[in-house]
Amino acid sequence: MKIVRKFFDNLKPKVAKGSKFYWLHSTVEAFDSFAFVPKTTAKSGAHLRDAIDMKRAMSVVIVAVIPALLFGMYNVGYEHYLSHGQSMAEVGFWQTFWYGFLKVLPLIVVSYVVGLGIEFAFAQKRGHEVNEGYLVTGMLIPLICPPDVPLWQLALAVAFAVIIGKEIFGGTGMNFLNPALVARAFLFFSYPSQMSGDTVWIADKADAISGATALGEMMTGGVQPHYSILDMFLGFIPGCVGETSVVAILIGAAILLVTGIASWRIMLSVFVGGAAMGLTFNLLGSSTNAYMQLPFYYHFLMGGFMFGAVFMATDPVTSSQTNKGKYIYGLLIGIMAVLIRVVNPAYPEGMMLAILLLNVFAPLIDYFVVDSNIKKRAKRWKLVDGGHKDIN
Amino acid sequence: MLNLIKIRKGLDVPIGGQAEPKLRQIDTVCCALKPQDFIGVTPKLLVDEGDKVKVGTPVFFAKEKPEIKFVSPISGQIKSIVRGEKRVIEAIIIEADGKNDYEDFGCLSVGAASYEQVRDKMLEGGVWTLLRQRPYSVIPKPDTKPKCIVIKGFDSAPLSPDYSVLLKGEMAALQVGIDALSKLTDGKVHLNIHQSSLSEELLHCENVQRNTFAGKHPCGNVSVQIERLYPINKGERVWYIDATDVVTIGKLFLEGHYVSDKIVALTGSEVKSTGYYKIKRGACLKPLFENNVTSGCNLRYISGNVLTGTQIAEDGFLSAYDSQTTVIKEGDNYEFLGWVMPGFKKFSFSRTFPYSFLKCFCKKPVKIDANLHGGHRAFVFNGEFEKVLPLNIYPLQLIKACIVEDIDQMEQLGIYEVDSEDFALCEVIDVSKTEIQKIIRNGLELMRKEMGE
Repeated sequence: MKIVRKFFDNLKPKVAKGSKFYWLHSTVEAFDSFAFVPKTTAKSGAHLRDAIDMKRAMSVVIVAVIPALLFGMYNVGYEHYLSHGQSMAEVGFWQTFWYGFLKVLPLIVVSYVVGLGIEFAFAQKRGHEVNEGYLVTGMLIPLICPPDVPLWQLALAVAFAVIIGKEIFGGTGMNFLNPALVARAFLFFSYPSQMSGDTVWIADKADAISGATALGEMMTGGVQPHYSILDMFLGFIPGCVGETSVVAILIGAAILLVTGIASWRIMLSVFVGGAAMGLTFNLLGSSTNAYMQLPFYYHFLMGGFMFGAVFMATDPVTSSQTNKGKYIYGLLIGIMAVLIRVVNPAYPEGMMLAILLLNVFAPLIDYFVVDSNIKKRAKRWKLVDGGHKDIN
Repeated sequence: MLNLIKIRKGLDVPIGGQAEPKLRQIDTVCCALKPQDFIGVTPKLLVDEGDKVKVGTPVFFAKEKPEIKFVSPISGQIKSIVRGEKRVIEAIIIEADGKNDYEDFGCLSVGAASYEQVRDKMLEGGVWTLLRQRPYSVIPKPDTKPKCIVIKGFDSAPLSPDYSVLLKGEMAALQVGIDALSKLTDGKVHLNIHQSSLSEELLHCENVQRNTFAGKHPCGNVSVQIERLYPINKGERVWYIDATDVVTIGKLFLEGHYVSDKIVALTGSEVKSTGYYKIKRGACLKPLFENNVTSGCNLRYISGNVLTGTQIAEDGFLSAYDSQTTVIKEGDNYEFLGWVMPGFKKFSFSRTFPYSFLKCFCKKPVKIDANLHGGHRAFVFNGEFEKVLPLNIYPLQLIKACIVEDIDQMEQLGIYEVDSEDFALCEVIDVSKTEIQKIIRNGLELMRKEMGE
């Protein structure tokens, strides 16, 4: 511990302003504050501060996605061997997990190396500390990608998301679109032939097997996906790495809600919105669109609805900032996600687009919420000006 | 118990070092007037180094409002005038000569006195400076009249002093002070007390509207109280004053001279023997701290409480409006992987530390220091400030309006209704470690200059 401290103390003058290695300043600073909470004390205002900092808060999110990540790795292996006709009993648990681990690890490494590299460069250029936001984004991106996504495409998507989605607006805290979803949307719209259909969802699958996801089956006119409810709930279905297991995601949701890091208002209202829209479709019915008859809770079990509601919609930077606004924001995400899934003929998954759309509208929602507060105050002022100068 | 107003939001930081209800007296050998305690006052000196002053001798006046004079709390000699950057006067230090010579302003019976007589007596006797005005927290202009006057009868900040100790035996002066204040407004004089208040003086004084508050900090903040009574509208003024300062006003009318006695609470986790001390206003606090604080680590001395107080040196002086002084650890040390460790002893409003779950079982006060516990970041999380700000205001939006200096937006979002102290708890719990009180104060100052107050 003391050796580490000494190491950083010796290193710091070497990257100080004006020295040859100044371009490494932000990097050294980032690693130093990673190892040690800085000794800075309050210079103005309150003399005591909460023990929480951005690292603590972000690491809670990382912990919350770990169940989905671990299950995702296992499921990648499971689906692979299943498509080759090998059962769990033949392959064994550890080999299944190991296969998935080797498939998913490169995605995580590429995501972090490319993303953090850009973050460090921008922090150095702008002269501020590296924000921990990307630690979460960098973990979320592999989880919402199909296991077979080519690494170069992933690297491009990450670079696009960090630069265009975040840094040109000023970095973490200033962006208006969820960077992880920007990366996903980039992949989705740039390489549509590779990112949809039924080939990417199972790693190196055997040709004989259809690898369609539950959503894909519904798109092509199914009445109900052929996967059982239990399989969809536990997550033994093809799909993006981290999105399949409702159980794993629920564990994450519990961690986020108990620690108060994610907003329960948003999470709750996304589900309420999704259920409401699903039920509305059930009521409406349709002779041409069988999708409308699908029981509403299937929407929570299929595709990325669950993952989006828990980890994406609740991103504090790009969601609504007011408590009232959060209800509206969440509700509309749920409604839009199901709406896009059911009535849009082009896109099987509606969650990504619904969240990105509402990210764009979140400031507008806040505007109206805050405006009602402003109007109330203005009304009170008018009341006083209108002859009631002395309310005493 | 009429008018019980419950404040539901807020946060009481459970820190150790509450003052024991023991009163000691300490002779003040040295005092200082710190012009920066008074917002919006540009001091114009009336004395020079070496001049002799009595209790009540004007030391400087406000350039903007020349009638407002700041008087010496002790008799003695001007020892030095401390100047900072750009020759700003930081402190005027007065050394006591042990005598108690005072300027005689003459007694005045408040009951028969007119508004002008009361006002002029207060201006002349140096007690006008004890009044402050919302918005902006400045000393009010003598030619204005407030909508109402609020007397602060309790403090809810961490380790705040008990007003029944501060006001003990001051019934007569308090009553005269209240009567004098009621001459200054056409509205009511409000006395805001806490539900648990045991002070005979506060419970039995007359000629006031008594409002009882209950709840966590910041239920003792004037902004919160005013919002529940009558929210401030654009162009309105509410004056406020601390109950202990009302006593000083009362004594001016009763005894005919400026009585600068003040009781302060010595508090904080690093104080060996806490308690109350009777000293002069602006006194040097060195005698209180000497041999009475823990040794072996860097300490932070604060005039005021941990949320809003000003950092002072070990031999620093009490600030003008404070009845409390706090000593805590500075905490200027690195912590290895501090953000990963469980942190059983750490205080956090968020539920990311075990403290939040243990506090139900363990009522022990938390150890605190002045460490920021992290680096400054852009705002990321939201929805937390609302939990500790019991005002109908959108805190994050107002803070951002202040940062970008958007005056219209600041006004619309309610800047007139707040003071920087209301945002102290927001600053404490902020994940991004933003200097929120400073931002709000700068916003208020910008507004004040714009409005020409």
